Amino acid sequence: MNEYITLSLILFTIGAVGVLVRRNAIIVFMCIELMLNATNLAFVSFSRQHGNLDGQVAAFFVMVVAAAEVVVGLSIIVSIYRARRTTSVDDSNLLKS
Amino acid sequence: MTPFWILAPVMVIAALGLIFARKAVHAALALAVVMISLAVLYAAQGAPFLFAVQIIVYTGAIMMLFLFVLMLVGVDSSDAVRETIAGQRFFAAVIGLVFGITAVIAIGQTVSGAVVGLTDANENGNPYGLAELLFGKYVLAFEFTSALLITAALGAMVLAHKERLTPRHSQADIAARRMREYAESGRHPGPLPTPGVFARHNAVDTPALLPDGTPLESSISQSIVDRGQVRSEGREAVESVLQDLEGEDGSGTLGGEK
Repeated sequence: MNEYITLSLILFTIGAVGVLVRRNAIIVFMCIELMLNATNLAFVSFSRQHGNLDGQVAAFFVMVVAAAEVVVGLSIIVSIYRARRTTSVDDSNLLKS
Repeated sequence: MTPFWILAPVMVIAALGLIFARKAVHAALALAVVMISLAVLYAAQGAPFLFAVQIIVYTGAIMMLFLFVLMLVGVDSSDAVRETIAGQRFFAAVIGLVFGITAVIAIGQTVSGAVVGLTDANENGNPYGLAELLFGKYVLAFEFTSALLITAALGAMVLAHKERLTPRHSQADIAARRMREYAESGRHPGPLPTPGVFARHNAVDTPALLPDGTPLESSISQSIVDRGQVRSEGREAVESVLQDLEGEDGSGTLGGEK
């Protein structure tokens, strides 16, 4: 049981470090997906630990929300790329005062 | 337990590839490896429905969407190596290590009870049990999910929409413009002459020759003219052919010996 949660934590940490380190918006987005997947693994593991399916339903909802989030996020990235010809997160600073 | 110990190192290495891969496509492949391994772990933990959904939704749909956008944006768009905030990578790595080690130690010190297992909950089959929860206890959340998906689809359509700034030219408009130009400036309304015709080389960089032997500039693509790659042999070719013809005058007409 603990090793599944440990793996989930390791994956989550790698995803978080990736979000902090990478500059390409698409890769940052992939790291967010990795974090969501890591939490899903924890959900499924706890579901087995407690012997009910509520954790699996939660993981299912996470997947649905992730799908919606990916669609909107990627279209934002595409529209930013159309306007600025780059997907680097450093170059999107229009909201700075 | 065997699939876990086989897949866990693979997943950690692939996830590290997400951080260290220079090209975005390699990062996408590493993420796909992590997702498929996760699906196998779901199957090993009594979640066959999530196994299928993980492969269909994540590796099938979401990763393909990522790859679509990568192709749209340009596969070669590699990451900038330069740091914009000094020492950002170092501190990010330190914070990540501290967080990871703390969390792993905390998990290692917890004592979890005996694993109940899902044999009871899955006795009618895993999808059956999930459906009972989804359409019973969590039916409101399920309804909200549908609203969320519709909103996301609409949002993506609005964000990806491109406003047309100039009116669209139909074929009739183009034909009318050509005829108007013909009436006003005498510009030929038909297609441009093809290159290479009546020249020695039948190639796109050789201008067509008029009946008097002068090269016709408009028969060559403007980009070739701009690059300065126009072949100027046409004139000499005509002259050499004329010389040949004059030289052969004594022996009769052209090709007469054969």
